[in-house]
Amino acid sequence: MNDIAISFQNVTKTYPLYHHITGGIKSLLFHPVKAVKSLKSSHFLALRDISFEVKKGEALGIMGKNGAGKSTILGLIAGVLKPTKGKIIVNGRISPLLELGAGFHPELTGRENIILKGVLIGLTRNEILNKMEDIIDFSELGDFIDQPVRIYSSGMLARLGFSIIANLNPEILLIDEVLAVGDQEFQNKCIERMLSFKNKNVTILFVSHSLDYIKMLCDKVMLLENHSIKFIKSIGDYLIYDETR
Amino acid sequence: MKENLNKGKKLQHDIDLIIVFAQKDLKVRYKNSFLGYLWSVGHPLAFAIVFYIAFKLIMRVPIENYALFLICGLFPWQWFSNSVNASPMIFLGNAQIIKKISFPRNIIPFALVLHDMLHFILAVPVIIAFLYSSALKPHLSWIVGIPILILAQFCLTYGISLIIASINLFFRDLERLTVIFINILFYATPVFYSETMIPSRYELFLKLNPLTPLIINWRGLFLKGIILWDSIILSLCYGIIFLAIGLVIYKKLSWRFAEVL
Repeated sequence: MNDIAISFQNVTKTYPLYHHITGGIKSLLFHPVKAVKSLKSSHFLALRDISFEVKKGEALGIMGKNGAGKSTILGLIAGVLKPTKGKIIVNGRISPLLELGAGFHPELTGRENIILKGVLIGLTRNEILNKMEDIIDFSELGDFIDQPVRIYSSGMLARLGFSIIANLNPEILLIDEVLAVGDQEFQNKCIERMLSFKNKNVTILFVSHSLDYIKMLCDKVMLLENHSIKFIKSIGDYLIYDETR
Repeated sequence: MKENLNKGKKLQHDIDLIIVFAQKDLKVRYKNSFLGYLWSVGHPLAFAIVFYIAFKLIMRVPIENYALFLICGLFPWQWFSNSVNASPMIFLGNAQIIKKISFPRNIIPFALVLHDMLHFILAVPVIIAFLYSSALKPHLSWIVGIPILILAQFCLTYGISLIIASINLFFRDLERLTVIFINILFYATPVFYSETMIPSRYELFLKLNPLTPLIINWRGLFLKGIILWDSIILSLCYGIIFLAIGLVIYKKLSWRFAEVL
């Protein structure tokens, strides 16, 4: 049991369609019954009864069309969302890699943003300060590190974001399609670092539309379709499946 | 043992989160402004001038030292209204991180109120300078009174901010209502008039306003150095009640924050 990092047991996730409430005070005043009813009845199904396990040190690639439920799975693992039904077990410290620039404040410098994002993802200030130079070195941002991030290009933001993650000691790494923006050289550096994490027995969940990266990094692939798991295959089997499709 | 260690680290981490968030607010507020800190003093002072002209020079309210009277009430009021006015947007403005990272979300409004509290504390020397210029002496009772009142006001402001910030995610109209509510509350609170001027049949309404005992105490403390214990206890009670309501509402709603953002 202890070698399981993530376990989903019959997890269903529905979102209430909240815009019915945000219709606001007017609909509440004039149609109170209708407003409350619509509030209770309308749901959107994001994941239907899915179960899977990820062992420690395993790298799982998650593929699927937009809206298939990929980000919902990451959200559930990160503990940001709660499952509507079912059970989720996560063993280990989670390091989420955010979308481009999320969690950064545009007016703060790169250096200040490293501290901000570092505490957000669960480090203490001292831990971050100790790693500051490594993070800055890895990012190769040079003098830009003391400039406000609003003047950064999207590639530079991606560098800063990944450099913070790269210098943590993650146990479970959640990566949501973020590498596409950096230049080739930096993308290679990121892949290299993720491979070295993998060698250190870090569990990786990698959401991507790029089969190339998944091929390089992952042991298994999960394909989501219509809010449930179509299959989980080893990477070799998946490549065969992909070719015969 | 390990449990304790984890708890200690968690507390340290929560404290760091609060510090970093409050620092961020401070840095961002002053980054591109030339006058910086002076604005947080200048704003209430500008109001004081307006009210002085309107009520002392034109309407001639019979209050001694009216300029000081205004200043002593307007600075604490400024702290309260700045925090509460910012609260509806506080979770919305941090949607990205709330959707992706699991951390105690109430730290964001906590840091907001802390940040406005720091501004108030930095403005206290200005209040004292004004008192001094009118030949009023500092009082020893300030050492006791100021921290207690800050604590009471912090609990009240944080509680109300947490309520508004949480509910506004599900009921966005609250944002507009808050602006109106704060405006009405300002006129319902004895900031620019004295509580003694209110007809006794309205006294109950005055007591029901949680800001009233606070403002009366701040003024009494700065101007005369008196601590009115019964209304200080009332302020603390209001602070604890609103803090408790805020935390309960936050607990009930916070797990859905990421869904609605």
